[in-house]
Amino acid sequence: MCNRWRRSPSVRRNFNDGDFMVSRRVFLKNGAFAFVSLGFAPSFLSRTALAATGRAKQLIAIFQRGAVDGLSLVVPFGEADYYRARPSIAIPRPNGEIGALDLDGFFGFNPRLQALKPLWDRRQLAIVNACGSPDSTRSHFDAQDYMETATPGVKSTADGWLNRYLQARKAEEATPFRAVALTSQLPRMLQGTAPALAMSQIAQFGIRGGQGGDGAGASFEREYAAAADHLLNGTGKEAFNAIKMLKSTDPSRYQPANGAEYPRSPFGQALRQIAQLTRSNVGLEVAFADVGGWDTHVNQGAAQGQLANKLDDFSRAIAALVADLGDRMEDTVILTMSEFGRAVNENGNRGTDHGHGNAMMVIGGNVRGGHVYGKWPGLAAEKRYEGRDLAVTTDFRDVFGEIVARHLGVSNPSAIFPGYNVQPSRYPGLFA
Amino acid sequence: MKRFLPLVLPLTIAVLATSRPAATTHPAGQAGDTAGDKTIVHVLNRVAFGPRSGDVDRVRAIGIDRYIDQQLHPQRVADPGMAARLSDLASIGMSSREIAREYELPQLQARRERKQNAQADQAGAPPKSDPLQQKASGVIVELAEQKVLRAIYSERQLEEVLTDFWFNHFNVDARKGPARFMLTEYERETIRPHVLGKFRDLLEATAKSPAMLFYLDNWMSADPNGPHADMSPPRVNRRPFGGRVVVPGGVRQRPQGKNAPKGLNENYGRELMELHTLGVDGGYTQKDVTEVARAFTGWTIQNPRQGGGFTFNPRLHDAGQKVVLGHIIKAGGGQSDGEQVLELLAKEPATARFIATKLARRFVSDTPPPALVDRAAARFRATDGDLREVTRTILTSPEFLGRESYRAKVKTPFEFVVSAARAVGADVQEALPLVRQLQQLGMPLYQCQPPTGYRDTADAWVNTGALVSRMNFALTLAGNKLRGVSVASLPTADEVLAGDLSETTRATIAKATDVQQMAALTLGAPEFQRR
Repeated sequence: MCNRWRRSPSVRRNFNDGDFMVSRRVFLKNGAFAFVSLGFAPSFLSRTALAATGRAKQLIAIFQRGAVDGLSLVVPFGEADYYRARPSIAIPRPNGEIGALDLDGFFGFNPRLQALKPLWDRRQLAIVNACGSPDSTRSHFDAQDYMETATPGVKSTADGWLNRYLQARKAEEATPFRAVALTSQLPRMLQGTAPALAMSQIAQFGIRGGQGGDGAGASFEREYAAAADHLLNGTGKEAFNAIKMLKSTDPSRYQPANGAEYPRSPFGQALRQIAQLTRSNVGLEVAFADVGGWDTHVNQGAAQGQLANKLDDFSRAIAALVADLGDRMEDTVILTMSEFGRAVNENGNRGTDHGHGNAMMVIGGNVRGGHVYGKWPGLAAEKRYEGRDLAVTTDFRDVFGEIVARHLGVSNPSAIFPGYNVQPSRYPGLFA
Repeated sequence: MKRFLPLVLPLTIAVLATSRPAATTHPAGQAGDTAGDKTIVHVLNRVAFGPRSGDVDRVRAIGIDRYIDQQLHPQRVADPGMAARLSDLASIGMSSREIAREYELPQLQARRERKQNAQADQAGAPPKSDPLQQKASGVIVELAEQKVLRAIYSERQLEEVLTDFWFNHFNVDARKGPARFMLTEYERETIRPHVLGKFRDLLEATAKSPAMLFYLDNWMSADPNGPHADMSPPRVNRRPFGGRVVVPGGVRQRPQGKNAPKGLNENYGRELMELHTLGVDGGYTQKDVTEVARAFTGWTIQNPRQGGGFTFNPRLHDAGQKVVLGHIIKAGGGQSDGEQVLELLAKEPATARFIATKLARRFVSDTPPPALVDRAAARFRATDGDLREVTRTILTSPEFLGRESYRAKVKTPFEFVVSAARAVGADVQEALPLVRQLQQLGMPLYQCQPPTGYRDTADAWVNTGALVSRMNFALTLAGNKLRGVSVASLPTADEVLAGDLSETTRATIAKATDVQQMAALTLGAPEFQRR
């Protein structure tokens, strides 16, 4: 487990002179020489060189599709109503192996989030609880849509909020890898006019059978390089630059750093590839991964069982990513989200039904961690949303807005959240 | 029929091409295009999903104008081969009710049983691969296969182009719960019969379709103060997609469950104006949205889980007076409130302009000439929204064949895949691999999440990842590596692109080692990405 990234400014300076810069220089040197010797002068090289002078901020968004049960993720063990509502699936109070991991005397992690507990202890992990959408929908479909467009209640929004961030912050030095989703299709959150890539396996990104000078790849490259068609010519160049850029990092031989061990699950492998792209210095600024299986209507389990196993995979993958990124976490925020929470009362199948408010996690070197943010509305019947669910006290756009403004450095995030009056006074306060 | 020209005869073809008489004097008959082939390919790229081998000759024989006129009357175009191509797809002719009975209800029943068993023995999660669930998803797979097959093989190409266009205009995403078993009937009965009919009829058909009522939530929109509000509080429903518990037979159902009608839902009202009729700048207000939503309260679905149809439920309806865009809809109109709204929206000049713009964008360019949009909109108003006439106005306009519109459009992934299959004369025994390819190309059929539908402009489809995927698809298809899709003999680049390719593309293709790679370098070339 890596302990090296902290918030101390002196340590950050040291990082700038440390292995981070070395890895970037190695890439620039080897990469540039390789291309020059082949007669290419790809534009991204100069951009990357430019980018190397300042440390780029990075956001990694993780979507838990299917509505994770926030009350099993961040357990309100200090609340008697929690135990009354969930006679068979509650996580016991902190006590040994099956009890919650005490966070602040009131909330505790699910014991299977053990891998994330050191991040909390080092104040690098924050929780925003009772967070969600002002829209009342309990449809996975609509709620995911609203969370990804960040326009609750408005279905026809053309683009996702991460794409609007990319649009708002036009980066001169952008590479084709500025925004990457480790998914087979581009998620709604990244759809829009700003370029974004979706690829489930980065090692397979390229022209099939296109190796070598006379392969199809080289032929296509010639066609596009000569095209009078401005749009296709430009995008074609970008595509072949991207392929070469990725190839030069040799993704098939990636070794995670700092002893990071990713689960072999698809989610673990997706996060491994995010680390890979980050550490290859290909200009990754916004990354996206998702993980399903949270729709636990039946036999949800408690400290053991279906949900616990998912949480185990989830937390070990994120912990590995954090370890692997090492000092890069200083400039990185990992944000987890899920479309809505689950009903407070367990149902007749030892599971939980669709609810409302939920917990988000925010992890990063500059995050004011070790704290549960958001007003806790309580679980008493009269405090619940529509009499059944955890109420929402923090609009998810205030979390997104704070990250966009204070981490990614957008001075006026209003354009990214149309129809919403983004006000710093409503930010949870995740950043100093 | 001259289907495939051997690759070894490019010279012969060039000679033939120059000796052909000009088929047309249309403006796109540009310098060097003595045979008018470029113009014909242009027409086939827009009116159809691109030329097959032999199509250019056929259009030349009858002339472009007659070809367009034929395509505007699909019932006059014989399409003898289509039925056999579709014969394996069991569900595509079924009603929603039949599909629900055959595919959906057995799965629900099994899920219920699993739950009961789970309660008894605390078994774990449901099995990972559930044959019934696979069978249920198969309905959408078959629908997608049908779409691909028709687009490749139907002789009624314009009807396919327009069915694609209008489905996309009135988009419904199959992934939203039971919508997946409503879309077969939706496309076949709601969209397809009206694509060359009156817009007003198409609009009403979608408004009353269970698919749209469900997708945009109108089925559970209710007057918050109506009689249903006196009923006991909603019972918690445990189904993933909730909805009402369906009571079979004649028993009148009570609204139940977490999605039970509780109040007004403005989704349909808003999208009806923003996306289906007036357009976002069509001059309506939030007040209009609310009033339209009130008018449509009570427009709901009878037994949605069983594939039931439209029904008007007066208990959910807000009977009061509404004012929509300044027009008064009198109190007590019942079901006719919604019909009056459709009537007045269909007659709004903003609707004529919005529809004319979208059609011109599909057929002419991403930024259609304003003069053409004006004429098409005028034709819309003059013909009471006759879509055949509006489409004809665009397809017979000088702008349609103008220099500016030649290769002005970037193909969508669907247009790219279908036009490639047509160009190489692919024999598609199994369409599923093509359907899967579309998923990889970022355009999964019937799975466009927002009600806007897929975008129809170049910026939506030209990006690095998509371009790489297109080149790979070209290699896979031409290399005969798609299971169930065989490519017997490949055309030359000059045939596919009517001789209009850059010197570099031509030289690059000439250097290819075999005919398969030549074809791949043609289909993946920049020239083929446009239409």
